[in-house]
Amino acid sequence: MLATAAVDTPCFIAALRRVLPAEAVIAEVEALRVYECDALSAYRELPMAVVVPGRVEEVQAVLRLCRAHGVPVVARGAGTGLSGGALPHCRGIVLGLARFNRILSIDADNRTATVEPGVRNLAVSEAAARYGLYYAPDPSSQIACTVGGNVAENAGGVHCLKYGLTVHNVLSVTFLTLDGELCETGGPTLDAPGYDLLALLTGSEGLLGIITSITVKLLPRPAGTQVLLAAFERVEDAGRGVAAVIAAGIIPAGLEMMDALAIRAAEDYAHAGYPLDAAAILLCELDGYPEEIAEQLDRVQGILRAQGAVAVRVAKDEAERRLFWAGRKAAFPAVGRIAPDYYCMDGTIPRRELARVLAEIAALSKKHGLRVANVFHAGDGNLHPLILYDANRPDELQRAEALGSEILELCVAVGGTITGEHGVGVEKLKEMCVQFSAAELSLFHAVKRAFDPEGLLNPGKAIPTPRRCAEFGRMHVHRGALPFPELERF
Amino acid sequence: MSTHPATESDVPGQAAEHALVEMVERVRQAHDAGTVLRILGGDTKAFFGGDIEGSRLSIGGYHGVVSYEPTELVVTARAGTRMSDLEALLAEQGQMFGFEPPHFGTDATLGGTVSAGLSGPRRPYGGSVRDAVLGVRCLTAAGEVLRFGGQVMKNVAGFDLSRLLCGAFGTLAILLEVSIKVLPRPSSEITLTGAMGIDQAIPLMNRWARGPLPLSGAVCDGQALWVRLSGERRALEQARAAMGALDQAPEAGFWEAVREHRLPFFRDDRPLWRISLPPATPALALPGDWLIDWGGAQRWLKTDAGAEEVRRSAAEQRGYAVLFRGGDRRGEVFPPLPDGLRVLHARLKDAFDPRRILNRGRMYGDL
Ligand SMILES: Cc1cc2nc3c(=O)[nH]c(=O)nc-3n(C[C@H](O)[C@H](O)[C@H](O)COP(=O)(O)OP(=O)(O)OC[C@H]3O[C@@H](n4cnc5c(N)ncnc54)[C@H](O)[C@@H]3O)c2cc1C
Repeated sequence: MLATAAVDTPCFIAALRRVLPAEAVIAEVEALRVYECDALSAYRELPMAVVVPGRVEEVQAVLRLCRAHGVPVVARGAGTGLSGGALPHCRGIVLGLARFNRILSIDADNRTATVEPGVRNLAVSEAAARYGLYYAPDPSSQIACTVGGNVAENAGGVHCLKYGLTVHNVLSVTFLTLDGELCETGGPTLDAPGYDLLALLTGSEGLLGIITSITVKLLPRPAGTQVLLAAFERVEDAGRGVAAVIAAGIIPAGLEMMDALAIRAAEDYAHAGYPLDAAAILLCELDGYPEEIAEQLDRVQGILRAQGAVAVRVAKDEAERRLFWAGRKAAFPAVGRIAPDYYCMDGTIPRRELARVLAEIAALSKKHGLRVANVFHAGDGNLHPLILYDANRPDELQRAEALGSEILELCVAVGGTITGEHGVGVEKLKEMCVQFSAAELSLFHAVKRAFDPEGLLNPGKAIPTPRRCAEFGRMHVHRGALPFPELERF
Repeated sequence: MSTHPATESDVPGQAAEHALVEMVERVRQAHDAGTVLRILGGDTKAFFGGDIEGSRLSIGGYHGVVSYEPTELVVTARAGTRMSDLEALLAEQGQMFGFEPPHFGTDATLGGTVSAGLSGPRRPYGGSVRDAVLGVRCLTAAGEVLRFGGQVMKNVAGFDLSRLLCGAFGTLAILLEVSIKVLPRPSSEITLTGAMGIDQAIPLMNRWARGPLPLSGAVCDGQALWVRLSGERRALEQARAAMGALDQAPEAGFWEAVREHRLPFFRDDRPLWRISLPPATPALALPGDWLIDWGGAQRWLKTDAGAEEVRRSAAEQRGYAVLFRGGDRRGEVFPPLPDGLRVLHARLKDAFDPRRILNRGRMYGDL
């Protein structure tokens, strides 16, 4: 990607001020600090400036200016990303989209909502509620994260097992390319002519275009919902329980797992009524008509008991159902209270490997001398090991990163992937070299160039260069042939 | 639990590897010589897309299931595998493709189905073929074998090129293997029907879709409405009670006939248009006969009206029209793209296939 020549900062900021209202350009160091990281706070960088435009024409003007001056552009929604996707570029600007926070329309007959990219995820369901509709993808960060950020990361949530990820729930996206051209891909229809640029933009981490509006699919609220909590004495049994439920032809609305460390932290924090002596719990949500739920609850209970569940409780009312979930949803902050720092991983594995991989993670945790709490989307096989560490102790961060890296390589080795929903960002560039060959990475770069020939949209994120992979010394070894033969070995 | 891993001693696997070596060789030669390749599986969808000239490259020899793990809800198969074989395999385990793939012929293959991006009557409720694609292994125009996506439900590593290849009509890369998400078969299913015209059926289908009904199909041919419900028996009974007076239809292959275009409606020499619209859009004022599918989101039109008129009428309602079968196929069968998207399409084509040898013209004349 293009190495940008240094631009004259005061000159460029003056140029920004000519195309934007005064309050939309931030250049003072103290104010810039707010934007120096996303939720992966181990990585920090100050940008040259931050802009927070309020109109599409202003964004267009900013992009044209950046293109003319060769200045990198990092889009930012709410900054809740967990892989450093919105980490500023030291010679670039951060393009904050939080002011694009209007719900443009809700079309109840066609079950769609059209929103600006800065609208918070939860706000969509809140606005749709009076039509009996909701927006299905529900990341745990949904009170804060934006729909634009969700599209850019292809965010998932607790209900994705049954209702799909962001990519399955977005109908169209309007985006700006770096030359300021406004394009729409998809439509208010179920498909659109041409290549599926909508799928390509979803999860593109701000590398291909700036999303300026999104039309999402709305779903009718289910007639009823119930949740069951199953406790296990052994983590492996819980892992097998997950596979057994799916094997029985049941797709729960959500199927989440927590291990002992996570259970205790969540219980202390949210008082959800979790069994403190369990090695693992599963939360299984079922939805549909009441009779249908009752029948499925019976079946799920039977299946989980057969896999070794020692106690199974069905929430006795709506208040208890919410409480069961409150514990799960608060699990990250709860774990945050039991250690000075934690590092959240995000690999996905085939469900059948759950028991084995969890045992292996426990072994790695011992090896690196750091505790790991597990709380994750078990139904999808999407793991979130939380590595506990203390950044103030020498080398703990490095140890946490080394442990994380080994966990992700384990995910790849059992047939999974290094990221299920949090994205690559700056964090998983190294592991990308393990998952993809040089030829695959170079096709990613070619796709990037097709959208952004100058390489100014979020440069250095998501897709490592072959040189970078060689430097990491992590090689995707394909059929015994070393990749990047053109590069010297270190 | 049944798995079908490809092992070293797997004879079909060896035959497939042999077929792959030959394909790679053919593609490299075509690339060097700049020869356009016409890629085909069972060639059952030759009627769809632009007519193209080119040297035939068949992927039919590259077939077989690579792996199938019912508990993972995913099947991985080579592109030349017949859809009917795959569906039989899934049925043995009580599973199915959620997108209810149209075959348009007994030889339909997985590669052709994914490349053409076609989904059947269950699509609005069970997702599209693109929604179900989890990963691919593909052969590029330069003769390289690459992998994107994977076999797990959630994967955001790298750009989503597997879904980009879905519906690209083989113009970006040749699909070799596809991993597809599958679903458990519903434990029961009923079809209800009642006499009804389109003007009445469209709002009704959309009103139902706003509630928590277990819909899995909704069709109207201007004479009658058909709706299918799938799920647990008790849920179907409840839903039926909520839907008012409708008769239970004799199953007898109605949905298969819709999916495969075997209803009497399709026996007609006039051009067949596929019109994609926001589902609640009222009936369009175009001459001809209609079959409304996908609860209103996909509409089939038999008409002699001119292409201009059909496309304009669809576009006015924020939809689009494709000349699906028959008619004048010398021009574009897909609607023209706006300038910005056209430029991106051309640049993407160049990124994948700079010499434009893969199925050139199958989708758009210049891609
Ligand atoms: C406590 C907590 C829980 C979480 N739980 C989940 C979860 O359950 N599931 C899940 O998937 N994620 C989860 N996340 C991660 C995060 O919330 C998601 O990735 C979310 O989608 C990010 O949205 P954002 O608005 O904060 O985006 P940001 O962090 O601001 O940006 C994310 C990326 O998107 C790009 N971007 C943002 N807006 C645009 C735009 N308009 N156009 C182009 N590119 C853009 C940025 O450049 C960046 O690369 C969690 C995070 C936290 C802190």
